[in-house]
Amino acid sequence: MSMLKVTDMEVYYGVIQAIKGISFEVNEGEVIALIGANGAGKTTILHTVTGLIEPKAGKIEFEGKDITKTPAHKIVSMGMAHVPEGRRVFAQLSVYENLKLGAYTRSDKNEMEETLKMVYKRFPRLEERKNQLAGTLSGGEQQMLAMGRALMSHPKIILMDEPSMGLSPIFVNEIFDIIQEVSAGGTTVLLVEQNAKKALSIADRAYVLETGNIVLTGAAKDLMNDESTKKAYLGE
Amino acid sequence: MSFLSYLINGISLGSVYAIIALGYSMVYGIAKMLNFAHGDVIMIGGFVVFTATSATGMNPLLAVLLSVVVCTVLGVVIEKVAYRPLRNASPLAVLITAIGVSYLLQNVALLMFGANPKSFTSVVKVPALNLVGGDLIISGETIVTIVSCLVIMAALSMFMKTKPGQAMLAVSEDKGAAQLMGVNVNATISLTFAIGSGLAAIAGVLLCSAYPSLTPYTGSMPGIKAFVAAVFGGIGSIPGALIGGLILGVIEILSKAYISSQLSDAIVFGVLIIVLLVKPTGILGKKISEKV
Repeated sequence: MSMLKVTDMEVYYGVIQAIKGISFEVNEGEVIALIGANGAGKTTILHTVTGLIEPKAGKIEFEGKDITKTPAHKIVSMGMAHVPEGRRVFAQLSVYENLKLGAYTRSDKNEMEETLKMVYKRFPRLEERKNQLAGTLSGGEQQMLAMGRALMSHPKIILMDEPSMGLSPIFVNEIFDIIQEVSAGGTTVLLVEQNAKKALSIADRAYVLETGNIVLTGAAKDLMNDESTKKAYLGE
Repeated sequence: MSFLSYLINGISLGSVYAIIALGYSMVYGIAKMLNFAHGDVIMIGGFVVFTATSATGMNPLLAVLLSVVVCTVLGVVIEKVAYRPLRNASPLAVLITAIGVSYLLQNVALLMFGANPKSFTSVVKVPALNLVGGDLIISGETIVTIVSCLVIMAALSMFMKTKPGQAMLAVSEDKGAAQLMGVNVNATISLTFAIGSGLAAIAGVLLCSAYPSLTPYTGSMPGIKAFVAAVFGGIGSIPGALIGGLILGVIEILSKAYISSQLSDAIVFGVLIIVLLVKPTGILGKKISEKV
């Protein structure tokens, strides 16, 4: 059964149609990549799925439940976390406070402590800097914090928007290693990336977006060898 | 010795400004709007206490409690009815609506209570403090006002460390990201209005106890000055509201005492203009960081 299923979704910004009736699905345990150029609508799709934007038409189902009109703050507690583009950590709060906000929907303190330990284990640098203000972290550390914060809600699926954006190559590799670890830990991943090569290298399947439409879909391996994808997105 | 007593009076008036400024500042920080009706909530708070004590002979402390409850509810209702439908409207529309709500409250009070000033009986029963052999007298109102302000500041600072407090800080920084954490933004904004308006009721009682004349316009000038205090200290900042309020109160009382009581307001607002020219974000204002 698909964990997340989007059917004929259309999204408008005013009169401009950003998403032109797309459908895709994510199965449990998969790593799915949405790739495409700037402005293709990748971020809009994630914002619509997590409820920050309401679609004009179409249906979004999460574990069989219709969440098309569910407000964003309720979707989190259903088990969907979203690492937004540009990280959007709370700069004026400490690393620890950011992580605690990630667990905002959880009430069991002991479980939360367990998750916090797990997050610190995965991101030792966050533990070293737990009392530092998030705004003073480097870009890569902020990305780790954004991911750690999302993991604090103990999600079944995690949506990641351009996690490699603006990071040095070393950090990019580290972040992608972590995404694979998260996936291996049993969390389903929906990854939006401009760095198509990297994204395809860790994804099971991928969807290629062009100005609000899905133009290509298939196993990540096949897309990697596909001539048109290579030309358009992999820079070969 | 008179300087010291002016200074203490200034701190007392400044404490009231600080409590009002907190409401302005918190609402601005979280809802990103200037609630110009905030000053009139103070006046409503005063009238609730006045009516309860004079008409029904209610115990003053109970009356204050009632006034806090009424103003808290009023604040939440104002937000829900007047501001929430404009959540995605232009800031100018919200600002004009806030001014409209301010006039509405004033005129409703005018209809209900008339324009004649009511003489407000102080609810403070604390005896005055005689210091330095009677040379320095600190009134009970002054003591209660300063202590209330300190208690409120301490309580609020502690509240900000709790879960709803952290949610407030998250919403004030980034509404979208806060929603992604599971924070209900509307509920958080309601809570902010509730706290700000409850504090306005307390400020109203303290103000009317110190300056016992109550009219439908009682809240408007202190409201504007508290807004100045909030901007002065750095709008959006809780310690900024305290510092801004205290400085403003002291400037006002000292200029009344030593320069001219007619010019004191001009001096207060003149200082604001200078501060804004030199440091537009206020004393403790945060730098607005560019988003990457």
